[in-house]
Amino acid sequence: MTEPRKLRAPEINPETKPFWDAATQGQLLVKRCTSCGEAHYYPRTICPFCGSDATVWETCSGKGSIYTLSTMRRGPNAPFTLAYVTLDEGPSIMTNITDCDHDALAIGQRVQVRFVPSSAPDGSTGAPYPMFTPSGD
Amino acid sequence: MTIRNKAYIAGAFEHPLRLAPDHSTPQLHAECARGALADAGLTLADVDGYFCAGDAAGFGALSMVDYLGISPRHIDNTETGGSSYILHVAHAAAAIAAGKCSVALITLAGRPRSEAFSAFRPGAPEAGFENWVGQSTQNTYAMCAARHMYQYGTTSEQLAWIKVAASTHAQHNPHAMLRDVVTVEDVINSPMISDPLHRLDCCVVSDGGGALVVVAPEIARGLKRPLVAVRGAGEALKGPNGGRNLDLTTSAAARSGPAAFAEAGVTPADIKYASIYDSFTITVLMQIEDLGFCAKGEGGRFVADGNLISGVGKLPFNTDGGGLCNNHPSNRGGITKVIEAVRQLRGEAHPAVQVPNCDLAVATGIGGSLGIRHGAATLVLERQ
Repeated sequence: MTEPRKLRAPEINPETKPFWDAATQGQLLVKRCTSCGEAHYYPRTICPFCGSDATVWETCSGKGSIYTLSTMRRGPNAPFTLAYVTLDEGPSIMTNITDCDHDALAIGQRVQVRFVPSSAPDGSTGAPYPMFTPSGD
Repeated sequence: MTIRNKAYIAGAFEHPLRLAPDHSTPQLHAECARGALADAGLTLADVDGYFCAGDAAGFGALSMVDYLGISPRHIDNTETGGSSYILHVAHAAAAIAAGKCSVALITLAGRPRSEAFSAFRPGAPEAGFENWVGQSTQNTYAMCAARHMYQYGTTSEQLAWIKVAASTHAQHNPHAMLRDVVTVEDVINSPMISDPLHRLDCCVVSDGGGALVVVAPEIARGLKRPLVAVRGAGEALKGPNGGRNLDLTTSAAARSGPAAFAEAGVTPADIKYASIYDSFTITVLMQIEDLGFCAKGEGGRFVADGNLISGVGKLPFNTDGGGLCNNHPSNRGGITKVIEAVRQLRGEAHPAVQVPNCDLAVATGIGGSLGIRHGAATLVLERQ
């Protein structure tokens, strides 16, 4: 099933541009701190856990598990599913579960990333968003 | 230093309107300010502290102070969503205790029924990563409910009891938007909005507002109102924390609540009445656990079978009907929580829901989004 929602292009700033450049190449990035070793999302320059600026971009496997979810049943874009997915690399990220039977989703279910293009105001294709879809693994 | 008994809530006013197409938002603020000051027996000329949050039009206090025609020597624009006004009472008490002001005015007003409303703020650090997911209050709070059900076995029927209790109280409030008493079955059979929250798990959307006046002890004693003391307070913020150890079953009230009880020197068992922010049924359930009225995971069993109904259960809550039935002005319910707690402590609640000998109450709230980043504020208030 195709996601019917119209996705406006993301708000990108200099700090987050590498994330969106990688997304355009089909790669999901998180930031990892080389000082404390922890990964975090959304990505920041300064580690939110230890305050170090020794953070580096890390390419994720794109695999994870649903931590929690809710399927919106009302409104013009329903149904669509909002979820937190816990990546195999550690951080949990807020996202959508797409290309699925919304009624068959469950907490704990394995999912994999699927980038969905957005639309820029001028009608051109914007940077894609990291949604997830059931993976069956 | 403590704020315990350093300040008193002398004035409280809830705007009677729930639909205000012919008012401006600043006008509603001003009408609430006048109402609360009149309740206290004071005037705008007495105000030397002013508190407002994100609902205040324009540049917050900078605009509102000039609009109202007041000259405060202490201002505070702290914005934590719907919990702001509970937090403002604590900040007002601290400012009074420090001698920074002696008559603090807090106002809230808004018209989400009458004009378009957006919670999104461009430029937020999380904007690019969250604004596209189709998040709303309904589905982000619903994610908390879904996880709570998964982790603790909480049921839709248990959540429905929270709405049943609110509606049982609202039937006595002539200003309440929804005055019909509902059953657990009514809630379960109402349309699903965002799994697992039904329409009747959600609060109302209302225009309107409210105001509070917090004063120094010597001023409170000179007024003709019952003495409602600020006995303790706590505040906290919580967010996804970089995605580490995500826990959507515990709110920031797990820190604001214990801090408030510790400062007040009381325990949840001492509380006679609780105003608990009820944007959704799940919001109430999690705060009840986080404040320690029951153990984490036991909230479903605690709220069932009428335990929140005044005169029936052990923890009478939201006797005005709360946000679920009465009023949620500007999509922010914090100030109405304090107002009903003041009514209870003064003995001025509707006789059908007044808690006998109500001398100790709690007002607690969650602002922002429980499922993403939110603020919590808790007050312990005492009739002296």
